[in-house]
Amino acid sequence: MSEYQIYSVNGPVVKVTGGRGLAMMDMVYAGEEELIGEVVGVENDMTTVQVYEDTAGLAPGQPVRTTGAPMSLLLGPGLLGNIFDGIGRPLRDLEAISGPFLGRGVNIPTLDREKRWEVAVAVKEGDPVAPGTMYAQCQETAAIVHRCLVPAGLNGTVTKAVANGAYTVDDVLVEVTDGRGKVTQLKLAARCPIRGARPMRRRLPITRPLITGQRIIDTLFPIGKGGAAAIPGPFGAGKTMTQHQLAKWSDADIIVYLGCGERGNEMTQALEEFSELKDPRNGLPLMNRTILIANTSNMPVAAREASVYTGMTIAEYYRDMGYHVALMADSTSRWAEALREISGRLEEMPAEEGFPAYLASRLAEFYERAGYVETLEGKEGSVTVIGAVSPQGGDFSEPVTQNTKRFIRCFWALDRGLAYARHFPSIHWMNSYSEYTAELKPWYNENVSPDFDRCRQRISNLLREESQLMEIVKLIGSDILPEDQKLTIETARVIRLGFLQQNAYHEIDTYVPLQKQLKMMQTILRLYDGVKEAVDRAVPLSQFTATGVFDSLVKMKYEIPNDDLSGFSRYEQEIDAALAKVNAANS
Amino acid sequence: MRLEYTGLSDLNGSLVALEGVSGVAYDELAELTMSDGSHRYGRVILIEGDRAVLQVFEGTRGISLENTRTHFTGRPMDIALSKEMLGRVLDGAGRPIDGLGELYPDERRNINGSAINPVSRQYPRSCIYTGISAIDGCSTLIRGQKLPIFSGAGMAHNELAAQMVRQARVAGDDGEFAIVFAAMGVKNDVAEFFRRNFEEAGALQRVVMFLNLASDPIIERILTPRCALTAAEYLAFTHGYHVLVVMTDMTSYCEAVREFSSSKGEIPSRKGFPAYLYSDLASLYERAGMIQGKKGSVTQVPILTMPNDDITHPIPDLTGYITEGQIVLDRNMDQSGVYPPINILSSLSRLMKDGIGKGFTREDHPGLSNQLFASYSKVQDARSLASVIGEDELSPLDKQYLQFGRAFEQYFVRQGQQEDRSLEQTLELGWTLLSILPRGELDRVSDQELDQHYREGAFEALAAEAPAV
Repeated sequence: MSEYQIYSVNGPVVKVTGGRGLAMMDMVYAGEEELIGEVVGVENDMTTVQVYEDTAGLAPGQPVRTTGAPMSLLLGPGLLGNIFDGIGRPLRDLEAISGPFLGRGVNIPTLDREKRWEVAVAVKEGDPVAPGTMYAQCQETAAIVHRCLVPAGLNGTVTKAVANGAYTVDDVLVEVTDGRGKVTQLKLAARCPIRGARPMRRRLPITRPLITGQRIIDTLFPIGKGGAAAIPGPFGAGKTMTQHQLAKWSDADIIVYLGCGERGNEMTQALEEFSELKDPRNGLPLMNRTILIANTSNMPVAAREASVYTGMTIAEYYRDMGYHVALMADSTSRWAEALREISGRLEEMPAEEGFPAYLASRLAEFYERAGYVETLEGKEGSVTVIGAVSPQGGDFSEPVTQNTKRFIRCFWALDRGLAYARHFPSIHWMNSYSEYTAELKPWYNENVSPDFDRCRQRISNLLREESQLMEIVKLIGSDILPEDQKLTIETARVIRLGFLQQNAYHEIDTYVPLQKQLKMMQTILRLYDGVKEAVDRAVPLSQFTATGVFDSLVKMKYEIPNDDLSGFSRYEQEIDAALAKVNAANS
Repeated sequence: MRLEYTGLSDLNGSLVALEGVSGVAYDELAELTMSDGSHRYGRVILIEGDRAVLQVFEGTRGISLENTRTHFTGRPMDIALSKEMLGRVLDGAGRPIDGLGELYPDERRNINGSAINPVSRQYPRSCIYTGISAIDGCSTLIRGQKLPIFSGAGMAHNELAAQMVRQARVAGDDGEFAIVFAAMGVKNDVAEFFRRNFEEAGALQRVVMFLNLASDPIIERILTPRCALTAAEYLAFTHGYHVLVVMTDMTSYCEAVREFSSSKGEIPSRKGFPAYLYSDLASLYERAGMIQGKKGSVTQVPILTMPNDDITHPIPDLTGYITEGQIVLDRNMDQSGVYPPINILSSLSRLMKDGIGKGFTREDHPGLSNQLFASYSKVQDARSLASVIGEDELSPLDKQYLQFGRAFEQYFVRQGQQEDRSLEQTLELGWTLLSILPRGELDRVSDQELDQHYREGAFEALAAEAPAV
């Protein structure tokens, strides 16, 4: 008989009696079915536990067993290419056990314990080790080498090391004896608590962009590696679509895609697509660098709360190996709502719109785990966080969006109007911002062209002028505007349709390298400058639009292959010809 | 031995509490026997030491602290399932009310179901043709999708849903179909309207109807969609039917959840709805889908009436975040006599992109539908400009947009309740309407598609043949 018993059950909140030994955040198994839960409150001899599975069938008097340790994950090789639920159980293995519908109380390990990995041991007996020393490595997938590092707090000497060979995640590879003679065994995999940030040596400034191949992001609102961004938008505006595009094409080494309280079919789609698509950089299936975490909207709500920490911990784990990791969380609002739901069940005092008062601090903790760091080993690694936000009623003034805005530096606001007009990605250029632009400017200057920033500024100015002019056009129509303002509107149209709008389903347009983005901007501005010069001499704009050169630029995104930019000279010639023709007619 | 507890310790709304119970589990089903021998059923919603709180489905009218005996059944709320359900009419909790006797169950299942493992799902790709241009052309329904109709009081959502059910077909498919109809808090006339429609379509033997009418207890209303979806999953994944589930009205369902939540004294969130409304709705909507290696499918068409036509109200808002798109009905269109009054711009089918185009419907379908959306959204700009400066002052291009907008609503969106258009007809109609606009304005379709389908003057020919109403 267990020391602890269930006293009451209310949804996922279970109260436990029978002793004072349970610690905050300890992981427990509740009831005869051994449902996984976590201690969230201790009061005299009554302990409150939040259970991560459906609690139907739990009854007072049933036993509760504690693991004596906080909620943790077994981290090691075998994570990549796999799909897990919110508390790190592999869904493929769950399927094998309980069929297409999820069962309860299935406690299976995160990693495959049978599989043997070809391990190269990097230390030998007598070697001193410190936190961050690599003691072994293995090829996890074709693209990623899994590096096992000595955990924080362990200094000592290697007293035993196995030879290179095939080992499972449970085999002891290395034994380390510290100054006090205590022996620690190191394996391929290690348990790691999920709620706290993993240690690192120090934070580094953000200087490199996360290149996404999405023009509006890379050009107008870039995000740095190690940065944090939010994508808020009403339903149907394309949050998930944008997240998928980023997961597919951004130049991170590893992607952790977290489906938090979203649709089951979307996870199935991600799984299918990422397995089929090839990484443009190495030709390997994208799934090789991807880890999916799925807590769909009908899976237990308490596990939804834990899922963001599961995702973040896995991301940090790979960061510590010296990789650049991007974490896509879709959607953080569902996580916030899970907090609210559980807070309600715990009868806590609600703050704004029923959300608990600690919403802001939880969001801050989460987004602050993003960063570009020097790892314990001394390498550089980063975690970039991109969180979707689903504001109620599409209203950005609600608490989750507002609090998120305080902790991110890149805001890609999706717009319902653009989505209705099927303008995707529906990131609205007037409501979005990126604070990273200045920090990334040196990188763009050095690696793309000093002209990039100038073009970005000009494009962004044209769009801003257009939006001001549109206020007038809405009232009086565009016919009576002066010619140079008409030109601004016409050029902005080309920018919107030909540059900002990007077709995720088009083979060429779905991903666009920076050099091509630059060329496209230069081509559009070349036309603008040429026509502007003529319009200033009182040549009517209509003569230029009649040549069809504006419409032709709208389609250039589909015509020029990503790996051969020579086609731009064709457009330059077309522009020059159109200018020459109209100028000749007016001279 | 049958253990019964006599009497209750307190009563509040639809909730009753018992003290001194033992061995009772959370979510267990309880049977209450009244002093006159009649039975009511309840579910354990809170258990605290030896005190259990029950939610009574039939309501607590006539219950006193002394006149009941309570028996805990030791199992969760379940429903009797059998293939014989087809053609039957059941109440909101799954008991027959058509006078044809009890069902002989093949099995009993917990009505809460469990989540489909995302790994086991099959991503839906086969398109269901409804014969309605606005849906097939612009917001295509996919088998295994959940696509709600957002309507408002007094609009033709029932007619539209009935027409979709009548005309639904999948190209080149021989799978058997079935319809599960769940009525939650609707008037008897509405239920009767659907029954008559199924009968006229000769489909009555393929329909299971779950009726919780407006006058039925609200607690039972919370069970109704769960019973219906359990039946749908059973028919789909055990017997291989392609099941179309029509649930109406989700607004009444959500209001029942709110009423129940406030009677429990829970902390309300937006507009008094409980904080878990999202999770609760998700536990219903997510039960649509297809499973790898299984023949059947569950497709959902929930209907909800937006209070005050407000799409940002919590019910449509949360629904839109869970479902895979929405078909939005529009008051203006309805008042100007357009049936079906579908607002094209705010309607969306998220699964459409993977189920149309080359190899699925027709190669030009994706481009054409994008172009129709883009052009029609410009019509709105032209209209708002015209309302300020007058139509006469518009530029010639804006005038063409206005003409396109009117024609689009009159020829494309509008159709008869019995009119069943093939996809070919729908797409051709779309191209004909686009011919109103100059070719240079069509930037969402490729040049090849334009060469193949764009015919100047095509619309004039159509307008001459069939003048607008």
